[in-house]
This record gives sequence, C-alpha cells and structure tokens, in this order.
Amino acid sequence: MNKLTQSLPSIGVLSLLLAAWWIAVAWSGSVIFPTPWQVVTGTAELIRNGTLWLHISSSLLRVAAGFGLAVALALPLGLWMGWVNGAYLTLNPLFQILRPISPIAWIPIAILWFGVGNASPVFLIFISSVFPMIVQTVAGVHTIEKRYLRAAENFGVSRYTLFRQVVIPAVLPQIVVGMRIGLGVAWLVVVAAEMIALRSGLGYLIMDSRNAGNRYDLVIAGMIIIGLIGLLLDGGMRLLEGHRLVRWRYAH
Amino acid sequence: MHTNGSARAKIDVRNVRKAFASEKVSLPVVDGVDLQVADGEFVALIGPSGCGKTTLMNLIAGFLQPDDGAVFIDGIERRKPSSQGILISQQGSIFPWLTVQENLMFGLNGHAHTDKTGIADHYASIVGLKGFETSYPHQLSGGMLKRAELARALVVKPEILYMDEPFSALDALMGLRIRNELLRILAEERHTVLMITHDVEEAIHLADRILVLSPRPTRVQAVFDVPFAHPRRLTSPEAQELRVAVLRQLGVDA
Repeated sequence: MNKLTQSLPSIGVLSLLLAAWWIAVAWSGSVIFPTPWQVVTGTAELIRNGTLWLHISSSLLRVAAGFGLAVALALPLGLWMGWVNGAYLTLNPLFQILRPISPIAWIPIAILWFGVGNASPVFLIFISSVFPMIVQTVAGVHTIEKRYLRAAENFGVSRYTLFRQVVIPAVLPQIVVGMRIGLGVAWLVVVAAEMIALRSGLGYLIMDSRNAGNRYDLVIAGMIIIGLIGLLLDGGMRLLEGHRLVRWRYAH
Repeated sequence: MHTNGSARAKIDVRNVRKAFASEKVSLPVVDGVDLQVADGEFVALIGPSGCGKTTLMNLIAGFLQPDDGAVFIDGIERRKPSSQGILISQQGSIFPWLTVQENLMFGLNGHAHTDKTGIADHYASIVGLKGFETSYPHQLSGGMLKRAELARALVVKPEILYMDEPFSALDALMGLRIRNELLRILAEERHTVLMITHDVEEAIHLADRILVLSPRPTRVQAVFDVPFAHPRRLTSPEAQELRVAVLRQLGVDA
C-alpha cells in the first residue's frame, strides 16, 4: 500500500505525458507521428510475426558477449593495477586517455577491423564497458582500509589467503558498482552499434522501421522496449548489490 | 628505572628513535625509548595525546622500523610483524565481509590444524560470543566487536598482545565489563601484554606496571609498579594514591 502511494506521482506524470502526446498528435493531424495506441498495435504486430524476440535476443546476445569479455579482462587487470603500483603508473595514463573517447567514435575503426557482422558491436560494447570497470576495480583496491591489510600482515597469512579473504571481498562491492555502470553503457552502445549495418537487433529495428516506410510506430515501440530492458538489466545488477558477499558494504 | 635483566625480557626495546620527515622538516616522535617487558607481564603505557604512543607501539609490533635502536623479542631483533604478537587497535580490524567464525579462523589459514572451526568456536565462547558464530560484524554491537577482535587474536595463541587503546570507544560500563573479562582470560592463558591507554584507572585496574610517557618526542618519563592483587578495588586508598601520583606525572592535579 505504501509502495503504491509512493509510485502514484510517477504514474501520474507518465499518464499526463501519454495524454499530452495523444492530444498533440490528434490536434496537429500528423500522419507520420503515431499515437500511443498505434505504438501498441505496432508492438503487437512485432510480437505476432516473431521479429520482436529475434531483435531482443540478438541485442542481448551481443551485450552478453561484449560485456562478458570486458568483465573477464577488467577484473583481473583492475586488481593487478590496484595492487601493483608499477602496473598502475604504467597503464593508468593510457586508460585515462582512452576512457573519455565516446564508443561511437570507435565505429569506423570497428567496421575497418571487424566488418559489419556481429563482431563490430561486440567490440564496441567491449570498448565502452571495459574502462569504467577497470577504473572502479582499481579504485576499490586503492580504497581498502589499511587496518584490514595490517591485520592480515599481522597474522602472517599467505598471499593466496590475503587475496581470497581480504582483497577480493573488500573490492567486490566496487566491482559490482563497476559492472552496473559497464552494463548500462553496454546497453546504450549496442543500440547505437546496431544502427550501422546489421540485419537484427533493436537498433536495427529502429533504423529499418524508419527507412522502410516511415513506420514511426515501430521506431517508438523499439525505443520503449530498449528503455524497459535497460531498466530490467539495471534491476538485475541492483539485486547483485544485495548479495550476501557485498551486503556488508551497505549495512550501516 | 625498573628493568628486568635484558636476557630474560620478553620485549626489550633499546634506545628506539623515530622521526617523520615532512617537507624539509624532520619531526622527532619517539626519542630514545628504553623499556623491557617480562614474560607474562602486563605493562600499560600512558601519555598525553599526540605524544607518539601509537608510533611507539607500531615500532614495537614491527609495523614501523626505528631510525635508531632496536626492538628484541625473546632476544631476537624484530624486523616485521608476526602472529607471535597480535595488535588490537582502537578502530578495530574485524573483517566486515567475514562472519564471526570466519574472522576467528582467519589467523589459522595455512596452519595444519584439523579442527579450525572447533578452535574458533572455543574462543568465541570464551569471550562470550557463543551463538553469534554465523553473524556478520555489522550485526554486532561495539562491545561484541571488541570481543571478536580479542578472540581472533587469542586463536593464534600469540605470546604477546599489543593493545592500542582497545576499549576507549566503548561506554564506561561496557569498558569495565570487558576489562574484567580480559583479566579472567589472561589468568587462564598467559600472555605478555603491552597496552596503550589514556585512562589511568584502566591502567591501575589491569597492569602490573605503568610507564608514563613524556610529550612528543616521547621518552619514558616515570615508572610505577602496581603491586595490588587481583581482583583489584579501584576505590582503595592505595589505588587512589597511585592514581594521583600517575596523574601528577601527566601534569594533572587531582
């Protein structure tokens, strides 16, 4: 009940926007810009002919591949850079230069190297999500409180125990934050990447719907689906933040 | 100065000096400290705030290296920390991501104990944490965290406990309770204890000997024996007399 009353204002704003949209389309008599109902029927059409699932699954698979590769590289590299100062001093300037370059700027290079198949968007997702995760992991190692490292030193435990029981659990909350940022960026980028020259994916759906007959109802349907899936992905990462292994960080 | 024969001293600190360099100035913090602690003895270090007590403790426990002089444990020069002497600090260092039991077992990693959980649970019950083995530190009170910290140290059977104002963050009642428990545990398991405190009553309650440290750069300024048998009554005239004498050394008239 309390949750319902809390979400009432946002539901109200959404309803007002929908109403304003509908009235604006009706009032201007636009034949290209769809009403909310046309978006609903367009979505139903995509569901019926099965293309919606194809587009969603292609986009998700590309994100899974690019993001997975980025995690596999960023976590060990970030831990190493955080722990070994020489590695940090050597590699950090490079990453600080690469990090602010928009993933979109990599598109020409991605096409040059990987062509217009699946590899290009996977590469772009990798490039976009790997740097925030490296930076967060390094920051996580650097902010481990010294008293914990000293305690480990005092008990004279092995390097293996130090990493397994102190360093990695201490950094894990920051890693989860990094992954959440990385996945958010990855989802942004997959849609942009698919607009280039692919035959599937939600980005392709949007561009194709416009090019093949100004189907703006499908353009907007695609946008809304992208937003909803992004919300779900973020919600999933938030669930990770509640996991037993990282909950200590937030329990105060 | 009260000295045990250096050959028999558990902890033998000889003319230890330490300065911290900042910009072009060198700030001397510890200025030629000599002190000995006998095996099984409880020595309290009292000094004004900022006098360099914690630096001295870090030098003795091996977390810092002296510029001059040396620290010997059992006649062997100490160069780095080891589980032979465990430091319990004011802020505490119980790992928040491990359960109480996992924290207690931490120091046993790499040892060939067959029953690590058994040892951990034994010490959990000794400090009164029975039933909290699977709790996480954020579910414990400040007093319970101190008990866990003490138990984690005891698990590795350290010969020396270094305690840096361990109970100063607790309220007076909890501090008193935990001090009594520390005495009970020390009566069972003989440890050599070196404790920093700013609380004269705490020192008289616990220690066999009290060393008063001077303001920075610190030296040992005065030594008091505490010849009272346990359990001690802090309200006794002798204890009060000692308290006044220690406070006078600290420049406070009580």
